[in-house]
Amino acid sequence: MNKTLKVLLTSAALTFTAGSAFATECIAPANPGGGWDFTCRQIGKILFDIGLVSDPVQVTNMAGAGGGLAFAHVVNERNTDEDLIVAASSATTTRLAQNAFGGMTADQVRFVGAIGADPGVIVVAADSPFQTLTDLVEAIKADPGSVAFAGGSAAGGFDHMKPLQVLKAAGFSDITSVKYIGVDGGADAITQTIGGFTQAMTGDMSEIVGFINSGEVRALAVLTEERVPGFDQIPTAIEQGYDVVAVNWRGLYVPKGISDEAFNAWGEKLAAVAASAEWQEAMAANGLAPFTKVGGDFQSWIDQVVADTVELSKEIGVIQ
Amino acid sequence: MDLFANLAIGFEVALSPMTLILAVVGCFLGTIIGALPGLGPSNGVAILIPITFTMGLDATAALVLLTSVYYGAMYGGRISSILLNIPGDEPAMMTTLDGYPMAKNGRAGDALVISGVASFVGAFLATVALALVAPYLARIAYKFGPAEYFALYALAFATLGGMASNNQAKSALASFIGLGIALIGIDNNSGFTRFTGGNLHLADGIDFLVAIVGLFAVSEVFFFIESHGKGSAVGVVLGKVTVPWREIWSTRWTMLRSSAVGFVAGVLPGAGASLGSFMTYMMEKSIAGKQGGFGTGVAKGVAAPEAGNNAAAGGALVPMLTLGVPGSGTTAVLLAVLMTLNITPGPTLFADRPDVVWGLIAALLIANFVLLAMNVPMVKVFVRILQVPPAILLPGVTMISFVGIYSLSGSYFDLLLMVGFGVMGYIFRKMDIPTVPVILGILLGYQMENNLRHAMTLSGGEWTYLLSSPISIGLWIAAALGFIAPMFLRRFLRKPQMVTD
Repeated sequence: MNKTLKVLLTSAALTFTAGSAFATECIAPANPGGGWDFTCRQIGKILFDIGLVSDPVQVTNMAGAGGGLAFAHVVNERNTDEDLIVAASSATTTRLAQNAFGGMTADQVRFVGAIGADPGVIVVAADSPFQTLTDLVEAIKADPGSVAFAGGSAAGGFDHMKPLQVLKAAGFSDITSVKYIGVDGGADAITQTIGGFTQAMTGDMSEIVGFINSGEVRALAVLTEERVPGFDQIPTAIEQGYDVVAVNWRGLYVPKGISDEAFNAWGEKLAAVAASAEWQEAMAANGLAPFTKVGGDFQSWIDQVVADTVELSKEIGVIQ
Repeated sequence: MDLFANLAIGFEVALSPMTLILAVVGCFLGTIIGALPGLGPSNGVAILIPITFTMGLDATAALVLLTSVYYGAMYGGRISSILLNIPGDEPAMMTTLDGYPMAKNGRAGDALVISGVASFVGAFLATVALALVAPYLARIAYKFGPAEYFALYALAFATLGGMASNNQAKSALASFIGLGIALIGIDNNSGFTRFTGGNLHLADGIDFLVAIVGLFAVSEVFFFIESHGKGSAVGVVLGKVTVPWREIWSTRWTMLRSSAVGFVAGVLPGAGASLGSFMTYMMEKSIAGKQGGFGTGVAKGVAAPEAGNNAAAGGALVPMLTLGVPGSGTTAVLLAVLMTLNITPGPTLFADRPDVVWGLIAALLIANFVLLAMNVPMVKVFVRILQVPPAILLPGVTMISFVGIYSLSGSYFDLLLMVGFGVMGYIFRKMDIPTVPVILGILLGYQMENNLRHAMTLSGGEWTYLLSSPISIGLWIAAALGFIAPMFLRRFLRKPQMVTD
């Protein structure tokens, strides 16, 4: 029986991390390794380090349906849980807009805020003939099949939308003819682009930092209003004449059914995290640009983003 | 020499008492995690992540602990493969083919020692290779586009036919069932879901760990129930463990070749340790020819996959560290840890954070010696964990399978699915249909489909694009030979009946 005990203890030790029910829980709706996991772990760590929560925040990875499983879980089973926060990003709103969460909608939870954003970028290999965003846009206008984009999200996802938004801003309407392949993450997309299999990569700033510094890729444009601090050499799309802003914000949502006090408290805590030196450092190290929107301001911004995404998705035929 | 200067930095970091303790603890936990069916390196590492944060470990210490668990799990996987005929983790799948027959012949101890030494050789050489060539080798990834990857996966399936069964048609059937299962979920190229019946739990497809645990562990339980414990796979007795020096020496070339091939397989993103052990086993089997007796319990049959999968584990760290592209499931989890620790893997990591990279490499070298000590002289400790009577062990395996799978997704649905795969595995084994190709199909199907469709997108639907580079042509030729050759060879040699199926 002694040996059984060992087996039991081993498994008990391995599952111990399920933890107590009273600590704050942050659900990362994906496997470890992605942006949501980063959001939960960083915000969770800082919340504890600066004393806003009494116990370490427990991170639960609930992967499934691109965040849909976690969303359904929160809506159906945790609707009044005040100790629950959930990592969210542009991908959350994109999928909600495209009805990818089985009919659930953005108003079934409350969005607390965003505390940083990963600016959208369009990059080419260092030896690419395209020197500016205009070179690239003109090449596509002349022959849509001559340029293929690689990105880290599936077709119809956020990375796919970025070049399409630029092309629309340039007056190009045949956007369904633009080639896009959705690979497993930004690094993979860059690898394909450096290897010459695709002509351009669309992704987030954080995904390209290492490659920019090593000189293997050239960023044609960053999709923000202003140039990103630390990457001042990269021009914005706006200054090149294409009025497109696409940032992958990092933030949180909470269950719909919690009290207004609890909701506001989360807003304040999130703002405190955003202001902390530790978060500034984490942002700098991960290629995030400052982007703090909390409360009602954030909610109305989300509504606008969802409406825009619905429109573009209909045009490329991802939704009817 | 740059290398020695760098290693000096590394050992300075790694030789602190705290780091050494973490390496030993990681190796021990890793071996247990690897040995227990259902818990593989990726969920093992994932489960331990929160512990490293609560302990407040710095980047190097956390990495040392987690990579020790990773390497340990790769070592430990062979123990249950050999003794129980259940792979402790998915790369140890190939080790069952010769390891279990050896154990049945009363040579469990020899099999464990030989595979332990092979694991050491593979992991050690891979770690050295990682230190030497990582920055250069990482560039292989740039040569592999969609067409090349598709050909690589085709090669894996084509050669599988000759390996998994005496009947190529049954292997092909099993492969296609696996590929079919891989189609379930969101179609990455259109964003629409396929074959999910509107069930959100199926939207991400079926996790291959669920399938592996179901097909191997749960179906084993069904067999056990049917036989009332008589003649079950479980219960191989381990006698006195001695070191079969001559046999180890006789496998030296096998180990060296397998280490090299495994390492390259590990470097290729998406291929990982499973493909590494598979390719090395097939390679050694064809080199040995029919006199080799592969499948009946020969030393080379356990040395090849173990050297291969451990070398691949080291190789998988190359793209993870240098490109930020994980080469396997576990390195994807490690990548997550790095990012959480504010370290951005990529081409500049070797220059920016030499303390982390070289500290990690030095720690891996140390961990290897610790693991050799644990897995050869002390292997009985781990064996005893597995050596409980079947009536207790199998419920234990079932429980750990359930806990392991539940901890992956926190979803009861996966548990039902796992039981479903258990029933499927039971039926397949009754019908003598191999289950390994099903798993390979689920494992590689998603990538294979994606790469084919990417190739078609890029070429505008031109099929010749698939044959447009020397690498892909070479892979296709190898695939064709691998599928056709066994049909002709079978006339001359009857394959030894496999124990697995």
